[in-house]
Amino acid sequence: MRAALAFAAALLLAGPVVAQDHAEISLADPAREQQALDLMDTIRCVVCQGQPVSGSDAPMAGDMRRIIRERIAAGDKPDDIRAWLVSRYGDWVSFKPVVKPATLPLWLLPLAALLGGLWLVMRRLRLRKR
Amino acid sequence: MKPNMRRGMILWLPLALVLSLFIVFWRGLMQPDDHVIASQMVGKPLPEFAFPAAMPGQPGVAAADFRGGEPRLLNVFASWCLPCIAEVPVLMRMKAMGVDIAGVAIHDTTPALEKFLGQHGNPYSRIGHDSGSRLQIALGSSGVPETFVIDGKGTIVHQHIGVVGERDIAKLLALLGKAR
Repeated sequence: MRAALAFAAALLLAGPVVAQDHAEISLADPAREQQALDLMDTIRCVVCQGQPVSGSDAPMAGDMRRIIRERIAAGDKPDDIRAWLVSRYGDWVSFKPVVKPATLPLWLLPLAALLGGLWLVMRRLRLRKR
Repeated sequence: MKPNMRRGMILWLPLALVLSLFIVFWRGLMQPDDHVIASQMVGKPLPEFAFPAAMPGQPGVAAADFRGGEPRLLNVFASWCLPCIAEVPVLMRMKAMGVDIAGVAIHDTTPALEKFLGQHGNPYSRIGHDSGSRLQIALGSSGVPETFVIDGKGTIVHQHIGVVGERDIAKLLALLGKAR
């Protein structure tokens, strides 16, 4: 019994001694881990280019996950980490397009299509009424 | 044009639009999505780093080494990278011409590097280990090999993506000369 207690105490005392490799290992704080995961889902792997770093087996994607988790753990904001990566690789590395002159068509085209469609439907309805 | 003929053409318009969109999407899906990613760091100062020596008898590499007034090449490579073998003879020629080349080895080990450099030659004045691709990512480099021209103040002047070939020597020498 005493041995079992001692063992349990030893287990409680034994914290994680070695530094954990955050390429694969989650952060202890679930809220921060969620922040990190959300960011990883929208950062493109520069090796397997169609995949986000969260789902890529490339060693470099692991290196990016490690950097993201370490920075989140250090208290950096996800948007700042994204901006840091964009300042290295360009907009291309982020799956979240920003609004700027070059990307305006991307944001305005769906709106224009919707308005065009509405106009067509309205005209149709008016014609039918006549 | 008769009015009903025009009407007929307008009716075909949506189908034509959808078909052309389909062709665009289909082509996009069929082409491999392989982009050459240019670093956004060209023209900016080298990020801070200090890597321990990777080879016995040769110093490690740090950002401070590039601020000594001499332009240098920073070569990102690895002993496991097959294309890197192809550029060693070219780098050796540049070394013979008096170019200082610092090597940063990605995900590498000293024994693997000793074997690689023993077999193919060692064009580097200094080699550091970048085990977690930290400098590579901070440089906006997406693979090995890549070669950066750094001026004497530590500013990144040029990024060469892929193997340095014979025909790249003149261009790199000119860039190094201009960076002086």
